Parts: sequence; C-alpha cells; structure tokens
Amino acid sequence: MSSVPLVHEQPITPEGRTVNYLNVRHSIASWLLTVDHKRICILYLVSITFFFIIGGLAATLIRLELITPGGDLLTADGYNKAFTAHGIVMIFFFLVPSIPATLGNFLIPIMIGARDLAFPKLNLLSWYLLMIGAIVAMGALFLGGVDTGWTFYTPYSSRYSNTYVSIAIIGAFLAGFSSILTGLNFVVTVHMMRAPGMYWSRLPLFVWALYATSLIQILATPVLAITLLLVAVERSFRIGIFDPALGGDPVLFQHMFWFYSHPAVYIMILPGMGVINELVTCFSRKRIFGYEAIAVAHVALAVISFLVWGHHLFVSGQSIYAGMVFSILSFAVAIPSAVKVFNWTATMYRGSISYDTPMLYTFGFIGLFTIGGLTGLPLATLAVDVHLSDTYFVIAHFHYIMVGGMVLAYLGGLHFWWPKITGRMYPEGWGKFAALVIFVGFNLTFFPQFLLGYLGMPRRYYTYPDEFQVYHVLSSAGASILAAGFAIPVFYLLWSLRNGPMATANPWGAKGLEWEHTTSPPITENFVETPIVTEEAYHYAPEQEPEIVGA
Amino acid sequence: MNFMPEIASEWAGKWEWLNWYLNFWMVFFTVLIFIGVFGFAIKYRRRSEADRPKPILGSVPLEILWIVVPFLISMTMFAWGAALYYDYGSPPQNATEIYVIGKQWMFHTQHPGGQREINELHVPTGRPIKLTMSSEDVIHSFFIPAFRLKRDIVPGRYTSIWFTATKPGKYHLFCAEYCGTQHSQMGGSIYVMEPADYESWLSGGGTGSMASQGEKLFSQLGCSTCHQLTQQGRCPILSNVFGSKVELQNGSTVVADEAYVRESILTPSAKVVAGFQSIMPSYQGQISEQNILQLIAYVKSLSAPAAAPAATPSGGPAEAKEPATGPNRFQPPRETK
Repeated sequence: MSSVPLVHEQPITPEGRTVNYLNVRHSIASWLLTVDHKRICILYLVSITFFFIIGGLAATLIRLELITPGGDLLTADGYNKAFTAHGIVMIFFFLVPSIPATLGNFLIPIMIGARDLAFPKLNLLSWYLLMIGAIVAMGALFLGGVDTGWTFYTPYSSRYSNTYVSIAIIGAFLAGFSSILTGLNFVVTVHMMRAPGMYWSRLPLFVWALYATSLIQILATPVLAITLLLVAVERSFRIGIFDPALGGDPVLFQHMFWFYSHPAVYIMILPGMGVINELVTCFSRKRIFGYEAIAVAHVALAVISFLVWGHHLFVSGQSIYAGMVFSILSFAVAIPSAVKVFNWTATMYRGSISYDTPMLYTFGFIGLFTIGGLTGLPLATLAVDVHLSDTYFVIAHFHYIMVGGMVLAYLGGLHFWWPKITGRMYPEGWGKFAALVIFVGFNLTFFPQFLLGYLGMPRRYYTYPDEFQVYHVLSSAGASILAAGFAIPVFYLLWSLRNGPMATANPWGAKGLEWEHTTSPPITENFVETPIVTEEAYHYAPEQEPEIVGA
Repeated sequence: MNFMPEIASEWAGKWEWLNWYLNFWMVFFTVLIFIGVFGFAIKYRRRSEADRPKPILGSVPLEILWIVVPFLISMTMFAWGAALYYDYGSPPQNATEIYVIGKQWMFHTQHPGGQREINELHVPTGRPIKLTMSSEDVIHSFFIPAFRLKRDIVPGRYTSIWFTATKPGKYHLFCAEYCGTQHSQMGGSIYVMEPADYESWLSGGGTGSMASQGEKLFSQLGCSTCHQLTQQGRCPILSNVFGSKVELQNGSTVVADEAYVRESILTPSAKVVAGFQSIMPSYQGQISEQNILQLIAYVKSLSAPAAAPAATPSGGPAEAKEPATGPNRFQPPRETK
C-alpha cells in the first residue's frame, strides 16, 4: 500500500490519549444521535448481544423441557411459545443483523477507503427501526407470547392461534425495513465511495460477501414484509388470502414465506463466509486461493438462493414436477458453497498458519459448515427429504449452518477486529479456551439431533416417546456446555475494555486499509487523507513485506 | 440404541439404499475436508515469526475440477431421489383406499368397509394402500417413520400417500406439521397385520359374546386410544363405571346406566364428566344400534365381577374423574391433583 501517514499531529484528549472515534465525545446524546458508522456498530453490538441472550434463554427453556419425555417444566403452550420466541428473536433480531450491522457497518467504509457509509443518517435510522421492531416483538413475547413458530404457517397463524401474532408480525416487519435500509446503504457505498485505486477486483472478499448479502436484503425482504402483512390483514379483517375457509390457499403462504426465508438463510451465512476469507488469509499469511472464484461464488449464491424456495415444500402438496425443478436448483446452490470450502482449504496449503483465537474459530467454521452443508444434500434429495423433513435432522442441519457457521464466524470476526474496534487486546488464553468449549458444546448439542431426525423425532414436540430420551439428554448436556462457552467471551471481552493491553494499529500483521492506514481505534474520519490503493487484496508476499505501521 | 427406525414398507427398503448412498458421499467429503483443514493446519503451522510463504493465486483446472465433480455426483443423488419421489407421488391403480381426516389434535381414519379408527390405522401386509387425506382446520402431516413416509394434510385440498407394508408390528404415527397446543400428542400407532389377521380384524370377529364383540368394536372404533384401561388417557377410564354415579361438568350427577352410555356414544358433549374436555367425536349415524348394544355389553363387563346390575354406586370411578392435565400419550400422566 502507499505510505500515507496514519495521523497528522494527533490531537490529545485531556487524559493524555490520542483522540479517536470512541473518546472524542462522551455524552449519551453523542451515542444515540451519532451518524458515525463506527459508533452505530457499537450500538448494534450492544443491542444484538442483548437479543442473543434473550433468544438463548428461550433455547435454555426448550432444552430443559426436553430432558424428559413428559411435560415437566413448561405447559404445552408455554413450550410452543418458547420455541417461537427462540426463532423470532434469533433470526430477525440476532442472525440477520449480526455480522452486517456490526462488523459490516464498522468495516465496509474503512475497507474501501471511505469516510463513512453513503447515507449516515439512514444508517442511524436503520438501528432505530430495529430497536422499535424489537420493542414491539419483545412486547408481544412478554405480553403473553406467540405460539405459531417463527414460520407463521397459515391458517394456524391467521385464524387458529389466540396469541399476539399480529404484534409480533409488526415487529418483524419493522426489523425487515431496518435490514432493507442497511442493505441499500451498503450497496450504494460500495458502488460510489471506493477510494482511488480500489477497483472491484481489489475489494476484500468480506466486502464482496456483504455486497451479495445486501442484494438479497433489498430484493427479498420486501416479500416477507408483504407476506406477513397479509397474514395480519387476514387475522384482523377476515379477508381470505391464505385460509381455505375464506377462499384462500394455505400453501400460497409457504411459497411467499420461503421466497424470502430461503434467501434469508444466505443473508445469515454469506457475511460469515466473508469474515472467514479475511481470517484464513491473515492467519495463513497467504493470498486467498482463487479470489475471482470466491467473489463470483458469493454473488452466485445470492442469485441462485432466490430459486430454491420450493425445497421447503416437498411434502406440502406441491406438484412432483415442481419438486424436481427445485431439487436440481438446490443441488446447484450447493456448488458455490463447496467451491468456497475448497478454496479456503487450498489457501492454507503451504501457508504459515498460527493458532490465534480467530483462526480456531475459522477451523471450527470450515469443519461445521462442511457438515452443515453436506447434510443439506439429503434434504435436497426429494425422496430422502420425505422422511427427514420436519424432523430434528432439519433442526441439526440448519443449526450447523447458523450456529456452527454464522455464530462462529461472528465470534471469530469479533475477536479479530476487537483491537481495531476497541483499541484493546482480548486475553488470548481465555479466547482459545472459549473457542474450544463452544466447539465441543456445539457438537454435543446438535450432532445427536441428526440421529433423532433419522429415527423420526418430529420437530416442535413438547413430549416424545421414551426411546428418544437418550439423545435429548446428550443434546441438553451439550447445550449447557455451549451456554457456558458463549458466556465466557462476554466476561473477558468486557474485562478487556479497561484492562486489556493497548492494541497497535496492526497487531496481526494483517493486510487491508483498516489495518495499514488507520489507528486502533480509528479517528472519527477514519483516515487523515484518503488512501490510494496500489495493490491487490491479501498481498501477503515477501517482497511487499516491509511496513508494519503504527507499531 | 437404534440408529434407524424399522423398515416396514417396500418404499422404506428402497429409501434405505438411497440414504446409504448419500451417507457414503457425506462421510467421504467430510473426511476429505477435515483431513485438508486439520492436516494443513498441523503441517504448515507457523514455525517462525519471519515465515512469509509464497503466494499462490489459484488454479483454474482445480476450480473446474471441484465444480464439475461435485456437481456430477450431486446429479446422481438428484436422479435417484427424483425417481423414488416419482414413485411416492404415483399410487398404483389397484391400491386400497383409506381416508384420513386430520383435526386438532387427532387423526380419523376410515376403511373402505366403513370401519373407523382414531389415531390408529390397521393395515395388511403385501397390499398397496393409498391414504387420501384432508384437514378440518389447520395443516397437519401424516408421518410414519417405519415407512419413511410423510405428507402434509392441507385444509381445502386432498393430498395422498401410498405404501405397501411388509413387516407386521406396531409403529409410531406422528403429526409432523406444527398444529398448535397438543401437536406433540397428535398421533398414535400404525398396526401392520398379516392379511388374514387384518380380515378378521375388519370383520370384528363376528362370533363370540356381545361383550367380546363390543371389545373388538371398542378397539376398532378407536375408543381404546382415549379410554385406556390401565392408565389415564385424555378420557375417563371406563372400568367400574357402569352402574355407578358419575359427576358431571355442570355439577350434577348421573347414574351410568344403558341410556347414559348410549347418549355418551351418540352425543358425547351432552353430559361431560367433570374434569374432562368435550373432545370426543359423535358416532351418530355411524354405528348401528346393534353395535351400540355390543359396546354397552363390553362397558358392563369392565365393572368388577361382583358389580352385577345393581352394583355399588360408590368407590370405583374415583380415578376416572382425574382430569387429563398436561396429557402425554407416551407416559403415565403426572400426578397434578
């Protein structure tokens, strides 16, 4: 990279520290009315951590209840509300915003050499929309709960459920608009605000991944918004859309719902893949293997993901020929994912691999995402899905993607960029320990659920036959380990905010504008001078090696 | 510990072969990637802070290889799966048709001869059976793991599945589509029988005493799934009920005589026992007067031998009044009272 100085004549705070985006102002208003993408990242970070804890508590209730075959801890309705709360909170308020709204918000402008996102005020509005949506949805959950499952299948949701369905729908609707505006902001930013020399072919793959994610958010989320609104309309005004008793079609709902919700799966995994691109190169000290292939695969996933929704309807009464089309397309969508896994593995070949915490999460991600992806094959295989659909096999499959994939990538990314975001290093020993605990706890929780699925244990069951108990006990034991694993980072990361060693500008010796051209943490304007990019991404090559700036 | 349900239908046998084929590839690729990731992680671990490995840009032949080969393998999975799925969607012309109605939270089934069952289905081996299904309320799903079969039951339309059972036995029947409060209680058992046993089950025996005919009807009509003999189901236990006083929901009492039993079969909601919900379906117009008499005879026979017509009104029925709170059809209920 060109040698632009990191800072000119840095101003100093009264405490004697250099001014950065965190300490430049301190009032509460300076946080709640900020338009700085980095401060908005912190707002998101705090709020989605809170949502993750709420969703996690609901999961705890589920796993406790399922330790025994009978109904002990909760009532049947209470159990149904618990899994609905788990789904709604984790998907709409944790997974969808997780990496894009935190790491994406923080990094996209810096990675492309911009001062902020294209629409800083819109960015703040997105956060407020998510908060209002969350207050509404949580309100529904705490007023008495919702028992439809996060999928809101009709006519149960539109006619038979006596719970706070419409309120929860409005919450999800608002969160959807937050997601749309964030996506819009990212797309415009990537198109319009790249620094001189930051060609598309030089974008970090994290930016490519979030660009693809944003396309899905913009194109698919409105369909969810419309669909959910139609459910609320049918509930409130008895206008027949999905309810056959009113002349509607319940399977129509499934088509419309999954037209959003399958692409949404990629909203929830593409950003994770983006993070892994950055981590695997940095901790192998090596250029990514097959940059173009991975960039194209990110966009291909986004496009094909719009064409596979029908694989959720193989046993729903969809025509068998429609099923065959969706089956082929579902196998097709597996290929770009496979390409990425092979390329990440090849990137490690003849690298110089260190075992820092973010890299441990990367190993975990590649392994668990591989299992999650491969177990998608039986579900895409028409006949095999007939047995497995709506069983615990499906639950295990998507948790391997969503938790084993996205959450591990999120944690890996959070550790990797923690010094950049906070200016402090986290304790490495604790980091490694927590990563191992999470890996063990995760597998013990979800691997038995594959076996349960093969045995025919249906999902969303409050009670079950005795023969399934041994697997449920294993799963609940794993969940308690997993919960401990998730709790540990909360403590040591908070601890590090005051007590962690100060981070240098580039503690990992990583490539990229965020490491090489700004301080840790960055100044409000990100860069003193707009950087001029003169090289490809991931230029970890010996002859280019000299500068480790800001040390 | 089992890893798979039993294989009790022809389709389940074919399904298993395809599943093993998929398992082979899943294990193959998992091992390949794990060896790659963990092998490289160990082999190329950082030995010195000064390590600066040579960059590798990529390889077009390799990219093509790992696009084309997995795609071709996946197409074999698709083709096999689609062929078997076509089978699943194409019931043979000569299949015996059985009707299934799903409602919150039970399955009603009816045989061609008119025999009805609730949460149970008796089928013979060796003969194709087609289930034609619809729902009275929300979406349900008829799932028999031992047959590897499942199909959603959708209100407002008919869906179907078909199978040829192969192995006599009793297998789980589940509702696999979330349908509300008692979703996990919706279901029961599939009984696969030798054709001869099935025929005699269908004819309800034909010989034997009124009470034994009534007993067969009691099971055939599905009464026994809720009115269980030894443990509390969702409905009162009928042992020692006949001739005694029964407390009703509205606080009054009634003597359980012939008229009361008949009324309870034909208009079950008229006099509901205290502590129970009015969930029993009516059998009005579905069974003959003779059948009602057989059932009454059977219920009589359930009262203690000493309890002749003028039986003691006190004692026995106490446990029958236990309300079915938090019912679990897989387990004896908890003592919640």
